[in-house]
Amino acid sequence: MFVSVDARGLACPRPVIATKKALEEMVDGIISVVVDNLAAKENVVKFATANKCEVKVEEKNNLYSITITKGQGTVAELVHKGVQNDTVYLITQQTLGQGNNELGAVLIKSFFYALLEKEPLPRAIMFINGGVFLTTESSPVLEHLTALNTKGVQIRSCGLCVDYYELKDKLAVGEITNMYSIIEELSSASKAITL
Amino acid sequence: MIKLTEYSKNGGCAAKIGPGDLAGVLGQLPRTADPRLLVGIDTSDDAGVYKLSDTIALIQTVDFFTPIVDDPYLFGQIAAANSLSDVYAMGGKPLTAMNIVAFPVCKLDPGVLLTILQGGQDKVIEAGAVIVGGHSIHDDEPKYGLSVTGIAHPDKILTNAGAKPGDVLLITKAIGTGVLTMAARADMFPEGVAAAIRSMVKLNKAAAQVMDRFTIHACTDITGFGLLGHLREMAIASNVSMDIDTKTLPLLPEAKEAAEMGLVPASAYNNRGYLTSVTFASTVPEYIRDLCYDPQTSGGLLMSVPEDIAAQLLSDLKQAGIEESAIIGRAFNKKGGEIYVC
Repeated sequence: MFVSVDARGLACPRPVIATKKALEEMVDGIISVVVDNLAAKENVVKFATANKCEVKVEEKNNLYSITITKGQGTVAELVHKGVQNDTVYLITQQTLGQGNNELGAVLIKSFFYALLEKEPLPRAIMFINGGVFLTTESSPVLEHLTALNTKGVQIRSCGLCVDYYELKDKLAVGEITNMYSIIEELSSASKAITL
Repeated sequence: MIKLTEYSKNGGCAAKIGPGDLAGVLGQLPRTADPRLLVGIDTSDDAGVYKLSDTIALIQTVDFFTPIVDDPYLFGQIAAANSLSDVYAMGGKPLTAMNIVAFPVCKLDPGVLLTILQGGQDKVIEAGAVIVGGHSIHDDEPKYGLSVTGIAHPDKILTNAGAKPGDVLLITKAIGTGVLTMAARADMFPEGVAAAIRSMVKLNKAAAQVMDRFTIHACTDITGFGLLGHLREMAIASNVSMDIDTKTLPLLPEAKEAAEMGLVPASAYNNRGYLTSVTFASTVPEYIRDLCYDPQTSGGLLMSVPEDIAAQLLSDLKQAGIEESAIIGRAFNKKGGEIYVC
């Protein structure tokens, strides 16, 4: 789970109260808090540390971005434990490989089945173009993708593609993303695999 | 139920202009010299003192701030206790007081203002003084405080400039009203908040009466610049250094937890930025450091006294019901103004 809290322009203790609310509504995941003054930064860091969360601060142009990681099931923790690695997959079609489409449909099913069975799991799987048919209602691999998602693998579908195929209301697993996030995920991954 | 603190960004002494900013402005003004002016602005003291005769000196002080609590009656009491405290800190007795009021008459029920003034008046009466008037203006943000006039014998004025090497330092109230008023705004730590309010409405009258029976070298009250800010003012004015032992520092209940939760007022960080001549031992935990910088509203008296009377003074203060009184450190003959906290 990822939540962002914009606490710019808020006087103390309101940035802490906003962070507290976000933290209480979350079992595990990442909260990104943005504040615009030193006192708010120090206080949010104190609050997160007191709540036994992992905290990272970045300062840019007098804005502080505070990344708070809560719980055991977070990506950072899982990567650390070897359950998950930093690989990101980019899926560009609803079948696997070039050639016969019937065979490709069988292969994609066995691919996700195998992926689910083998640790470490990837950090994220991105779906573009025809790939978005796999994350929507009539997908033959919905069960596998849902299982991967529950285990902490991010499932993201290209918003433009979902719109193009008129599948917007039919998204069945993961979240919608955009090209900027896809590029960010691919370039920040230790290994990016395109299928 | 109205929530007075929603009308203000910083409550109480946390609303004070920081010592750094203030010094930059005041330093540019010409000094007025008068042989009868016993205490002026030079030494950053609590009040001005003017000698009227060989036996009477006039003590004048003014203090006002934005709501620190939601309850108007409590806000009035706290503002008055805070204003009266400056006269006690100079070794004086308050005689008269004038109300200073800023109030959004169109937005808030005038009954709220009446309740604030009742709170203030009750504290002035408790102090044995009398309200002689006041001044009020329209303002979106409510503000209240008093200008208090008191007297003392010119030879018995207690400034912050009299601390001597070898002195023992005492305080009469627990620390933490800044973080706990933040906690009140966050609806957290109700037990600590209640204790902070009890502490803030308490006059320093009884402490001043006990103090009057002893030889006191220096005295001030702890307000917006925090414990360390006021220790530093005393150390500079007296040209001594100080060692503070935080293990004996009295803290309000839940002040530790509130500070650790990040409920530290912005002005505590300002105080920290300004006070560069303070050194902490590495063993002093973060929350203690924050509380040392925490702006206090209607804080206790800070006294510098000869070592041989310290134990008796402490025991008399406790007997007079000022339970939180504690010895917190010593003054030394080192380079003036330096403070070491362990």
